[in-house]
Amino acid sequence: MHIVVCIKQVPDSAQIRVHPVTNTIMRQGVPTIINPYDLFALEEALRLRDKFGGEVTVLTMGPPSAEDSLRKALTFGANRAVLLTDRFFAGADTLATSYALASAIRKIGATYGEPDIVFTGKQTIDGDTAQVGPGICKRLDFLQLTYVSKVASLDLAGRSIEVERRSEGGVQVLRSRLPCLITMLEGTNEVRRGTMLNALNAARAEVVKWSAQDAGVEDISKCGLRGSPTVVKRVFAPTARSEKAVVVEPAGRPPADALIDEIFKLRPKLEADMFELARGF
Amino acid sequence: MSQPAKPAPPAGRANAKKELSEHFKQYKHVWVFVEQERGHVHPVSWELMGSGRRLADKLGVELAAVVIGPAGEATSAAAAESFCYGADLAYIVADDVLTDYRNESYTKALTDLVNTYKPEILLLGATTLGRDLAGAVATTLLTGLTADCTELEVDADNSLAATRPTFGGSLLCTIYTLNFRPQMATVRPRVMEMPERVEKPVGRIIEFPLGMVEDDIVTKILAFVPDRDKATSNLAYADIVVAGGMGLNSLENFQLVRQLAGVLGAEYGCSRPLVQKGWVSADRQIGQTGKTIRPKLYIAAGISGAIQHRVGVDGADLIVAINTDKNAPIFDFAHLAIVTDAIRLLPALTEAFRKRLSPHTRDRIAS
Repeated sequence: MHIVVCIKQVPDSAQIRVHPVTNTIMRQGVPTIINPYDLFALEEALRLRDKFGGEVTVLTMGPPSAEDSLRKALTFGANRAVLLTDRFFAGADTLATSYALASAIRKIGATYGEPDIVFTGKQTIDGDTAQVGPGICKRLDFLQLTYVSKVASLDLAGRSIEVERRSEGGVQVLRSRLPCLITMLEGTNEVRRGTMLNALNAARAEVVKWSAQDAGVEDISKCGLRGSPTVVKRVFAPTARSEKAVVVEPAGRPPADALIDEIFKLRPKLEADMFELARGF
Repeated sequence: MSQPAKPAPPAGRANAKKELSEHFKQYKHVWVFVEQERGHVHPVSWELMGSGRRLADKLGVELAAVVIGPAGEATSAAAAESFCYGADLAYIVADDVLTDYRNESYTKALTDLVNTYKPEILLLGATTLGRDLAGAVATTLLTGLTADCTELEVDADNSLAATRPTFGGSLLCTIYTLNFRPQMATVRPRVMEMPERVEKPVGRIIEFPLGMVEDDIVTKILAFVPDRDKATSNLAYADIVVAGGMGLNSLENFQLVRQLAGVLGAEYGCSRPLVQKGWVSADRQIGQTGKTIRPKLYIAAGISGAIQHRVGVDGADLIVAINTDKNAPIFDFAHLAIVTDAIRLLPALTEAFRKRLSPHTRDRIAS
């Protein structure tokens, strides 16, 4: 069995700061991590590999520095890492990203064996779109299984897979066929720690680096900014409300009472509504 | 002192002239995908219908509902209901194969409709269903898709300007789909205001065949397990919400938020870091990547108010912020600000509300 896991190196969002004057994001010095959702995908892939045998290839697209995340994935036990890096990929939106990644997955298939499953996280914490997974899937003409919370069973010989997938208001239990693309929901498994042996191996391991040409990208104009149908026209900071907040300064009154007085002063109707709500409790 | 630098414009085609091909110039009208599952329309569809109506009026085109589902009562009722929320017409793909959502069949239905009737703008709810479908449809059609928009407008040359929080979540950006059609966008539930329902019994209906039979669909549904705890998913529609952030310092202090919510008959929530710390489950997260709320009263305790959080609560009628840092961004969009330690104020507030809202007090006010 061959599983490809797509990961993304993202800035640790908890540590991003905005420049106070220019309102632009200061990326310098912000540590990067593997997109947390992708770790659940990687873990699920490793578990399947441990159970059924085969190999896990980790793939990312990004700047040369994204190699760090791939090495980290190797310490968790991935068998192989591929970094898709080329200036032609810069500025890609989700459609262009899915084109490049799908091209690379085809090349991985031709080089290391056709993948049975492609895994990704449900979305990234920097873009938050959840669009790249479905995009890759359609480009590869795989079956699409998003928001999967559990791979219930896998029948490699029968090319069949059963998963539980989060949907609106409940969980769908689906049977589908390989090859498929799965996006994993968070909190679905416990991500393993890297072992010392894997860490040693990862430090020495070769990370395969592919340019667009190496990855067999057929049409370079479908990559990066040129291949992106969406363009960002304007970036701006949200404006403050025109009326400033009323500041509650509890002069002599207990602050809690002063605050409640202000709430009911601003929204008199709320008091009656709150009686109704509170009554039920 | 030097002039404050403007944010650098993104390189490349950002200001490129729109050169729409002749083929795409035929694309007209605004469509809203009406999401229904197990006979119920998701409210986000009607919220989107309100935005869609506004865009269609500005463009001087029709607003259409797209209803995909099983043949029968529920699907035709959803189409009829779409007229009450502003649709001029409804495209219906009704087939029992479409009883449950599956990506393969719904993607085919929607892409076939688009290729046949050519809408200029296509809007979907950013639900699990909507996101699964939108990503697949946009890639099949090779067009642009903007996720989780907080504002939809048409600009001077009639292009869709879709605004969403951007990278890192501290800024907003406006995204265009310049040279491709349709222009697609998803919007989370509760971000847009629910339009008023107007009784309107008639509208045009165009039925469209799926062109697929059960044997053509590989994915089979073996079971559906509905969520047991309906209460946890009510955050988006709650009238009062109390939420806590990192200012509470500990999981223990977060209980103060739950206690106040309990007294108020409110739902409780939190900001993203608390979910990341594992203190609160993800379905309680409020903000761009969590739930969007529109309560009558929102009390934010120890939440600094990053843009991700702001876009999740901007629709609240009254925002009360409790924070020790008087420069916290939340005070830029709160209506009522109290600069104090939430850990100390919350228990007092719970007690004060308990007294105010006791039946005794109510009777006194009523008399």
